[in-house]
Amino acid sequence: MGRYVARRLGQMVIVLIGATMVLFACLFVLPGDPVGSIAGSDKARDPAVVAELKARYGLDKSLPEQYVNYVSKVATGDLGEDFIQRREVSEILGPKLANTAKLALLAIALVTVFGMGVGIIAALYRYSILDMATTFFTTMAVGFPTFVIGMLLMKWFAVELQWFPQLGGDKLEGMVLPAVTLAITDIAFVARLTRGTMLEVLRADYVKTAVAKGLPRRRVLFKHVLRNSSIPVVTYLGISFGALLGGALITEAIFNWDGVGLALVQAIQQQNNPIVIGVVTYSVAIFVVLSLIVDLLYAALDPRIRLS
Amino acid sequence: MLRDNISKQDEGGGVTTSEILSVAETGGGSAVPLLEVDNLQVEFKTRDGVAKAVNGVSYSVSAGETLAVLGESGSGKSVTAQAIMGILDSPPGRVAGGEVRFHGRDILKMSDEERRKLRGDKMAMIFQDALSSLNPVYSVGDQLGEMFRVHRGMSKKDSKAKAIELMDRVKIPAAKARVGDYPHQFSGGMRQRIMIAMALALEPDLIIADEPTTALDVTVQAQVMDLLAELQREMNMGLILITHDLGVVADVADKIAVMYAGRIVETAPVHEIYKRPSHPYTRGLLDSIPRLDQKGQELYAIKGLPPNLLRIPAGCAFSPRCPKAQDICRTEIPALHPVTELDGTELPGRGSACHFWKDQIHG
Amino acid sequence: MSELVKSPAIGDESPVPATPAAPEATPKQLTQWGEIRHRFVQNKLAVVGLVIISLLFITAIFGSMFTPYDPGAQDLENTLASPNAAHWMGTDALGRDMFSRLIAGTRVAMFVGLASIFFAVLIGVALGAIAGYFAGFADTLVMRIADVFLAFPLMIGAVVIILVTGRGITPVIISLAVFSWATVSRLLRSSILSVREMDYVHAAKALGASGGRIVRTHILPNSLTPVLVYATFNVGTTIIGVAALSFLGAGVPVDVPEWGNMLAAGQAFIGVHDYLWLYPSFFVVVTVLGFAFVGDGLRDALDPKLR
Repeated sequence: MGRYVARRLGQMVIVLIGATMVLFACLFVLPGDPVGSIAGSDKARDPAVVAELKARYGLDKSLPEQYVNYVSKVATGDLGEDFIQRREVSEILGPKLANTAKLALLAIALVTVFGMGVGIIAALYRYSILDMATTFFTTMAVGFPTFVIGMLLMKWFAVELQWFPQLGGDKLEGMVLPAVTLAITDIAFVARLTRGTMLEVLRADYVKTAVAKGLPRRRVLFKHVLRNSSIPVVTYLGISFGALLGGALITEAIFNWDGVGLALVQAIQQQNNPIVIGVVTYSVAIFVVLSLIVDLLYAALDPRIRLS
Repeated sequence: MLRDNISKQDEGGGVTTSEILSVAETGGGSAVPLLEVDNLQVEFKTRDGVAKAVNGVSYSVSAGETLAVLGESGSGKSVTAQAIMGILDSPPGRVAGGEVRFHGRDILKMSDEERRKLRGDKMAMIFQDALSSLNPVYSVGDQLGEMFRVHRGMSKKDSKAKAIELMDRVKIPAAKARVGDYPHQFSGGMRQRIMIAMALALEPDLIIADEPTTALDVTVQAQVMDLLAELQREMNMGLILITHDLGVVADVADKIAVMYAGRIVETAPVHEIYKRPSHPYTRGLLDSIPRLDQKGQELYAIKGLPPNLLRIPAGCAFSPRCPKAQDICRTEIPALHPVTELDGTELPGRGSACHFWKDQIHG
Repeated sequence: MSELVKSPAIGDESPVPATPAAPEATPKQLTQWGEIRHRFVQNKLAVVGLVIISLLFITAIFGSMFTPYDPGAQDLENTLASPNAAHWMGTDALGRDMFSRLIAGTRVAMFVGLASIFFAVLIGVALGAIAGYFAGFADTLVMRIADVFLAFPLMIGAVVIILVTGRGITPVIISLAVFSWATVSRLLRSSILSVREMDYVHAAKALGASGGRIVRTHILPNSLTPVLVYATFNVGTTIIGVAALSFLGAGVPVDVPEWGNMLAAGQAFIGVHDYLWLYPSFFVVVTVLGFAFVGDGLRDALDPKLR
């Protein structure tokens, strides 16, 4: 197990270095003008100002130097100053991170409860009306992008029924619509996955053994079936949580939720590169870390991985 | 050994199937056999119709006795066992008729809860593939101990001690050190020993072993089979050994029931069947065993395939593949006749579902 | 995640079974295709999907010849008109005909969606084949690169590229392809690894077939199945990606008649002029479902075991 963790940690570091290089390459190597937005439009540009700005943001150094500079700062949590407010990026993003995390937590809770719940019931009552409804829902859900779901929910529940505010605030009721928007597609996927793995596990020989041992039905289901069928589901949930924590651009934009996703969208429109770098770096890092956690969880749940 | 108890006692002209089959054990002395399966019928609903997987099967097993049920896959031998255990996949499977009397009581009429309590405690099953039949995510100690925790209400600690004891009993080396290991960490033979230990944990009266050695290396097969026979003898359990391997049967079984397409086609005490089979299907099975003394000759194979259970041939189900089939075989289903010597002397425990059993055994 | 994809050991030395190679005769393959087609046609949803996709192609190619208005033409007397006889789906805030814009948007969506998938598959298959066939260092290298790209959530990765290149059709195609190929590589690699351990490949080797021939006739055709299914299914997902980028203001230019642009413009009118975003939503949903149904149908038809 120790060696396994060490190897995965090593891989994680490699991926993080690679990802920061890709990001860096995109922003600084590809044709584009990072100082353009702050120095003003081309004609009004003062060479002295440009030079000063370049020096200020370290853009006058060679590329490898800039990269090392960026990585070493990022590693200590220093994301530099943004172009617009001239404030520490980490300071700006801090509260936004908390907002995104709140939304992600609520969404993943909804996905876990409803996705797994619906999937389990559908598998246990196969071919029932409920199972067929689940299949219909999961088949259709792939077609509905987040923006369509978000706008529909806003129309029905905020504008017409007025149960929830149109734009998210700090209160819980403001979180409901964005969280549901984020959760619906994943609920469908998790329900489908849970149902599929449950049905597979229910057919497994060891379930037959458990029944032949004279275990009560509840024990067969909760001990022998659920643990085995939860393995792929937990994996999916973990990865999905990583993606949610990384920032839900569209949902946050629709509901004007003040999280990192919205910050990224705004920063892109304002060409506010330090914020972009900050959000993307964070988002990649959180995704990679979550992947690692999921792998470890997987190993914890399945001794065949842990002990091989 | 009880198998020596198969006496040559004379019996009145028994005609029903179950009487034929209970000949051997009534000779042994005990009044009621441990398990009596009487005219059992099992159906599977499929999209293309109802498949009659078991079609009027009767057999019985007494304490200490071993019944081998022989047949190809699809003959209904495993389905019968699952119906006895109450672990049929249902739906689509269901028991459509018959009785299964355990200690004289029809267990098919019991409540689900009553049957659950019998399972594992009074009757237990050993499956073919121990790797897939043991839960991969729990240690073997946990899965063994579960028997004691659920049926005996033991604590985790006590049940673990019991698990170690059981592992010792089935001769797993270093049981104490390995009780926390997972199924995939054991060899195939060791895993099957764990399956056996699990089945024997609560010293049940009846064990059903469904192809217990098929998945094992030939070298290990004999060891596992010997262990099973030894423990059976110690605990005086009834054993139903389901197999397609005539070689396994010879050493351990007392009597044999041969199944084909959901019916029993021949029953006999074990040694007689090798000498004088009374059904062409059994003959075919015996002839297709490779033999050292016939080196160089082409191996015999029963032509054709077992029938589709949705479309069992009219008359004798074996008739399309039978080298000796006559017209009557294609129209009339043969009953399981008692088999006698030419002079009419009863052959106890013997029965044949062939219209021409006389030609087969005496011809 | 790489640990979750278990593949058989590379360079396996297991004994070669002495069975003859799978027959490669033409009639056999014909019946095989016939069977696949039969299974596909049996699947009602797949047929519905196929009809949808066909209609989309026809609309994308010929639709603009029959639209009543120029999608860019403004009728300033007639802005935000609800659906009526002259404008079947109404007009937007600039007085442009919604129906004509949606039809024009079909062409954009189909072109960008298919092009992105095409490039993603091109890169993915090339790198995946290298990884799966050469194994060793090449494999490790390709898979680590794939890990790096998989670490970017699709939208976030794509947005970064657009930030640098500016909005436009080509940047959208490139950015979506750059952050999708890694999945294709993964799929192809693992399926090559499992196919190369199949008995019929061992058999072909035992019969002395050359390495190139084995790859061409046995490994690639059999490994490409999951890629084909993935690609079909994901045309829809990519079309969502295009619309999402435009919706965020990081897709095709604002004046291009594109579904995501129209959705973004309609967002301000939720509850007031719902047709502005409901019609584009309908087009997106139907398109995505069409490709998803065909993808599912293909998967089931090509490999009934996967069901």
